[in-house]
Amino acid sequence: MSVLVYTESEQGHFKKAALEVASYAKAVADQLGTTVTAVSVNATDTSVLGNYGVDKVLHVASDQLNSFNASAYASVIKQAVENENAKVIIVSSSADSKYLAPLLAVGLNAGYASNVVAAPSGTSPFTVKRPAFTNKAFENIQINTEVKIIGVSNNAFGLVETSGSASAEDFSPTIPGFAVKVESVDKATDKVTIADAEIVVSGGRGLKGPENWGMIEELAEVLGAATACSKPVSDLGWRPHGEHVGQTGKPVASNLYIAIGISGAIQHLAGINASKVKVVVNTDPEAPFFKAADYGVVGDAFQVIPELITKLKAFKAQQ
Amino acid sequence: MKILVCISHVPDTTSKINFTEDNTKFDANGVQFVINPYDEFGLTRAMWFKEKQGASIDVINVGGPETEPTLRKALAIGADAAIRVNTVATDAFSVAKQIANVFSNGGYDLVMAGRESIDYNGGMVPGMIAGLTNANFVNSCISLEIDGANATAIREIDGGKETVSTSLPLVIGGQKGLVEESDLRIPNMRGIMMARKKPLTVVEPVNASPETISVSFEKPAPKGAVTLVSPDNLDELINLLHNEAKVI
Ligand SMILES: Cc1cc2nc3c(=O)[nH]c(=O)nc-3n(C[C@H](O)[C@H](O)[C@H](O)COP(=O)(O)OP(=O)(O)OC[C@H]3O[C@@H](n4cnc5c(N)ncnc54)[C@H](O)[C@@H]3O)c2cc1C
Repeated sequence: MSVLVYTESEQGHFKKAALEVASYAKAVADQLGTTVTAVSVNATDTSVLGNYGVDKVLHVASDQLNSFNASAYASVIKQAVENENAKVIIVSSSADSKYLAPLLAVGLNAGYASNVVAAPSGTSPFTVKRPAFTNKAFENIQINTEVKIIGVSNNAFGLVETSGSASAEDFSPTIPGFAVKVESVDKATDKVTIADAEIVVSGGRGLKGPENWGMIEELAEVLGAATACSKPVSDLGWRPHGEHVGQTGKPVASNLYIAIGISGAIQHLAGINASKVKVVVNTDPEAPFFKAADYGVVGDAFQVIPELITKLKAFKAQQ
Repeated sequence: MKILVCISHVPDTTSKINFTEDNTKFDANGVQFVINPYDEFGLTRAMWFKEKQGASIDVINVGGPETEPTLRKALAIGADAAIRVNTVATDAFSVAKQIANVFSNGGYDLVMAGRESIDYNGGMVPGMIAGLTNANFVNSCISLEIDGANATAIREIDGGKETVSTSLPLVIGGQKGLVEESDLRIPNMRGIMMARKKPLTVVEPVNASPETISVSFEKPAPKGAVTLVSPDNLDELINLLHNEAKVI
């Protein structure tokens, strides 16, 4: 009756979100007085999961699963759930997990709560908290089915290290045929993604043109951050669409969000409100972003950002 | 090709969100409702198929009579017929079950749903429809081409995109990119007049008990005032981010 967690990996290595969902699974298992079993697919070394509360790993090795396929992965996890007789399943909020979780929910007749931001406030009834109305409120929801799926919002729970160790077991599920086939993947593998990033540096129309993004990228590099932008910036073609954050773009739930030359329109804020600490740099002291931000600099980005980069480099060098 | 477009009836983005009955119910008072922005992309792409390749478009909403103006708006944009499943939408699963039932019995080839709705942000309905009907499914879809029974789609992944091929029947969780924003349509007078004559069928729900229940809502804690740092004192900003906020 263990808690089952799906720990995503990429090129053999666990994503940070995998360690976060493992930490979350451990918290739920402690509430229920049970253990944590992880399912991992094609990870090279699963031992690190023990440091985040996993007791047992079901290790799936399959060339067929080298590229992600939602229904096949859902089927693999379903077989693991049945194998373990698990009643609570934890997944992340990555694009892949959000793709497979509804399929898994149907397959298991399980109630599913997505984007959950905290450990369950109770397990009987099973109640979790998640954002609603695009971060303008939180919803407390009860999952009433016997089997439950929780999708944990990125960076909401954090990593919790323990001193345990995880035993590994080979697991060989039946892998169904693929009705959706991957033809090609276009992805910058060396960059921090918005979904994973702890820090996001974002630029708006105040930066005047794509030629000025060098300083945004440099600031991001110094901070180990992902870069993002407001909607008009991607609409104008200054930056790729995948960087557009906000209500109609990507949600951001980073620890630090730095908004440069962004006004702070409600649609933009809706997508980034889940970030913990917000810094705004804007020439206009009346920009709405100052009401939503924790720290603000009223100033010209073209002066502030280069200087901030120099100072941060000095600060990092001292650390 | 017969297309079913899911239309969620959601509060306009700029709406103030409030709750009543001891924070257990959403307060719709004074709230302007619109077509969920993600669904608008799907509807517009469906219109493209209709105009360029030939297709019929039904729009569907699971909800009470109050959602009909939103369905009429979709008809005014160009859908051929509307279906309202006459039940209050409670959770994603029960909504998906209603739509899956119409999809399975209606001879549709393609369901266009939005990646998520901007009220409950569940991101579950499209995948659940696919799961319930065994149709193929592409989520976070930013491009869709259909050639006979074959489909090529691009989906957004973390840090990039992926091109996939599949076949009909297909369910799409769509988003910006499916069409250019400049292609989104505002109903014109002719469309609005025609929409009045188009069929809006009310069907009774199938049995589907919810799996999850919203028990209460809360607003985020009020935020303290912003701490302003002079542009001449960026060391102070670094200090605050390091020592106070502990994020660098
Ligand atoms: C249905 C709908 C959905 C939307 N979804 C989104 C969304 O998901 N994401 C999103 O971002 N927007 C979205 N929008 C658009 C949103 O309303 C705003 O138009 C947008 O966020 C504004 O982007 P911006 O702040 O970059 O540009 P602007 O509004 O042009 O603001 C630029 C800011 O830069 C400042 N500035 C100018 N020069 C400098 C300088 N040298 N240094 C520092 N600051 C400077 C200005 O003071 C200003 O505040 C949506 C709109 C609608 C209607």
